Amino acid sequence: MLSFFASMPGAVAQGIIWGIMAIGVYLTFRILDVADLTVDGSMATGGATMVVCMMSGMNAGVAMLIAFAAGCAAGFVTGIFHTKFGIPAILAGILTQLILYSVNLRIMSQSANLPLSVDKYQLLLSLRNLPQAIVVASVFAAVIIALLYWFFGTEMGHSLRATGCNQNMAKANGINTDTNKIIGLVLSNGIVALSGSLLSQYQGFADINMGRGAIVIGLAAVIIGEVLLGKIFKNFALKLVAAVVGGIIYYIVITLVLRAGLNANDLKMFSALVVAVFLGIPYWKRKIAEGRTEKGDA
Amino acid sequence: MLQVKGVYKTFNKGTVNEKRALNGVDLTLSEGDFVTIIGGNGAGKSTLLNSICGVFPVDKGSITIDGTDVTKLPEHKRAKYLGRVFQDPMMGTAADMWIEENMSLAYRRGKRRGLKWAITGKERSQYRYMLSQLGLGLENRLSSKVGLLSGGQRQALTLLMAVMQKPKLLLLDEHTAALDPKTAETVLNLSDKFIAEGKLTAMMITHNMKDAITHGNRLIMMHEGRIIYNVSGEEKKKLTVDDLLKKFADLSGEEFANDRALLN
Ligand SMILES: Nc1ncnc2c1ncn2[C@@H]1O[C@H](COP(=O)(O)OP(=O)(O)OP(=O)(O)O)[C@@H](O)[C@H]1O
Ligand SMILES: [Mg+2]
Repeated sequence: MLSFFASMPGAVAQGIIWGIMAIGVYLTFRILDVADLTVDGSMATGGATMVVCMMSGMNAGVAMLIAFAAGCAAGFVTGIFHTKFGIPAILAGILTQLILYSVNLRIMSQSANLPLSVDKYQLLLSLRNLPQAIVVASVFAAVIIALLYWFFGTEMGHSLRATGCNQNMAKANGINTDTNKIIGLVLSNGIVALSGSLLSQYQGFADINMGRGAIVIGLAAVIIGEVLLGKIFKNFALKLVAAVVGGIIYYIVITLVLRAGLNANDLKMFSALVVAVFLGIPYWKRKIAEGRTEKGDA
Repeated sequence: MLQVKGVYKTFNKGTVNEKRALNGVDLTLSEGDFVTIIGGNGAGKSTLLNSICGVFPVDKGSITIDGTDVTKLPEHKRAKYLGRVFQDPMMGTAADMWIEENMSLAYRRGKRRGLKWAITGKERSQYRYMLSQLGLGLENRLSSKVGLLSGGQRQALTLLMAVMQKPKLLLLDEHTAALDPKTAETVLNLSDKFIAEGKLTAMMITHNMKDAITHGNRLIMMHEGRIIYNVSGEEKKKLTVDDLLKKFADLSGEEFANDRALLN
């Protein structure tokens, strides 16, 4: 039990970092209404870019900016595949994800793993200093949420929301839905890569597989946040906060089930099943409600 | 105001489902014209309106709105000239967004959308006033989600959104067909009011022959992708539903068939 509490700060720090990633997922999944699988690749792109930029002697802030831009570029590619090649969003994301596997290896000069030691480089956070890591990650989350809150309150942000909500309505009101989808994917993947750059600093390395299954963790965080806080958090900024809280809870639960003896290799299956069940719940609720009215009508 | 010249449209070309929906349509509307459109199922009425909106490209012909050839323009660029209300009340508004948010989107139709705040306080009071014109009590519900409104309320809001930024052309595609009779009448009266007050040029598809006669200054009848009858002025005013049915039988050689038609 004591060791469980000792592992809490680590879970919280990781949860916040992945919560930032979940904010990126929220933009596509909830606002644009597309499930974007690019994120599995762009998470690692963020980490790889971060490490390589630090190795070339850059300052951490600049390196993170470049990581953000690299993620934006990845989202742009998916956006072009989707809107200009007419490829369904899910497949467009899978294609970019595959491209990114090769690109990420190139970024890391063909090595699957590159270390980023906090002893050698001036990093913004590291798991060696958990309180600091939690504070730094929280500040990033807060700034990102504040910026998005502002953006989605602007004319352009509104047109993005309309695009995700009702494309017919958006087009009839003169909104270029293709451009908006690209903007959304760019923003989302930029944020995801930023989260990847934080994660690589936190864990002290970048790995070609660090984003594998990221979409599932992101969705889990979004859904947990909605289930637990959806009733009280109505404001857009608070909904994003809920996604971050969802990320934290996800990591606390993971830590718990690992302590309880779940095989670490089964973790991905466990997460995917949990997400499947939570995505199923609204569908089942509807089914049951429909079944009731049908019987009621008869 | 509107010139449609020799427009052809075939869906699913080269497949077994090939369907010629527009078969050489010519139509000219002057400023202030309000034309009602009738015709049987599949006559091409919706396809004509959708062609004008640019929902899909046409095969042949040209469409000019107020002197601008829009034939090659994508849908979102033509929106600048057009106000639209669809048959489906769900289609014209964003359900997850508030009433005022929907209105602010419509208020900026055809304008550049930048990083300015999406709704200003001044706009908000304008919106409240405009909503009060609908007489549905929506003026006190600016921050209600549109998804919570009834079909009729949504359709009235869509109508208001279509005209709040004066369109060169207002297109109504059976916009009252999904509503109960009383609500349908309210929305139709509002349409008349907005068209008259704004001196709008408008096209309205309807399955109600009587409405087609009593509203607007012109009437066209479509059949198999063509305009087979085109009346205006006094001649239109004097029409009866029986005249229309007879005209249709004479010109098409068939009985009038529309599963939603109301003949009296
Ligand atoms: N997107 C489409 N794809 C394929 N066929 C279509 C499409 N839209 C319309 N059609 C076909 O084109 C023909 C004309 O359809 P349209 O919707 O214009 O008829 P309408 O006059 O509006 O009829 P209604 O009174 O039933 O609404 C129909 O045969 C229809 O099936
Ligand atoms: Mg139709």
